[in-house]
Amino acid sequence: MNGAADIPSWAALAAALLLALGATIVLIGALGLLRLRTFYQRIHGPAITITLGAGGVLLASMVYFTAAQSRLVVHELIIAGFLLATAPVVSMLIMRAAVYRDLRARKGESGATAGKVYSITGEE
Amino acid sequence: MATLLDLSITYALACVLAAMLLCTVRLLKGPSAHDRVLALDTLWMCGMLLALVLGIRSGSQICFEVAMLIALVGFVSTVAMAKFLMRGEIIE
Repeated sequence: MNGAADIPSWAALAAALLLALGATIVLIGALGLLRLRTFYQRIHGPAITITLGAGGVLLASMVYFTAAQSRLVVHELIIAGFLLATAPVVSMLIMRAAVYRDLRARKGESGATAGKVYSITGEE
Repeated sequence: MATLLDLSITYALACVLAAMLLCTVRLLKGPSAHDRVLALDTLWMCGMLLALVLGIRSGSQICFEVAMLIALVGFVSTVAMAKFLMRGEIIE
């Protein structure tokens, strides 16, 4: 099953802990996506999946390949930088689309569009 | 210690697959369209993490390129779908 199982024990321990932590956080984020009530609460679930969960798995991959190949392997930092740059953009675009659609559908009672803070001109 | 790493890899695979299952449930029953877009974006991210974990499991560097391509295509597709929800068209 394992290609290179003969890595030093400290690296195996660190990689195993980081991998377990990241996978648990990914599961918690997906559970939040399923269980929370409104959309504006639900959008907070995938945020920890992208930041902490992916960070843990990427760090585990870095530690594992560095120890397995006996040289510094850090090209997972490309994925980490890309994710950290694009996650706010994606969530902001989805949230703006959701606010726009809720306002247009006259659903004034849900989440960020509750109350009379935002209103479409011409609407009483 | 290698046994601990094997256990951890199996646990991570199970967790990521369960997360993908939960995202699929939200994707199928989401009450509105932006719920479905959000669930699909999370599903892309979970697929990328699955490729990374499979790369650690098989000890090969090929899966890194797979994960990077999944992240890139996922970002572009989610932006396109959010733009479509916002405006009703993608390229204007």
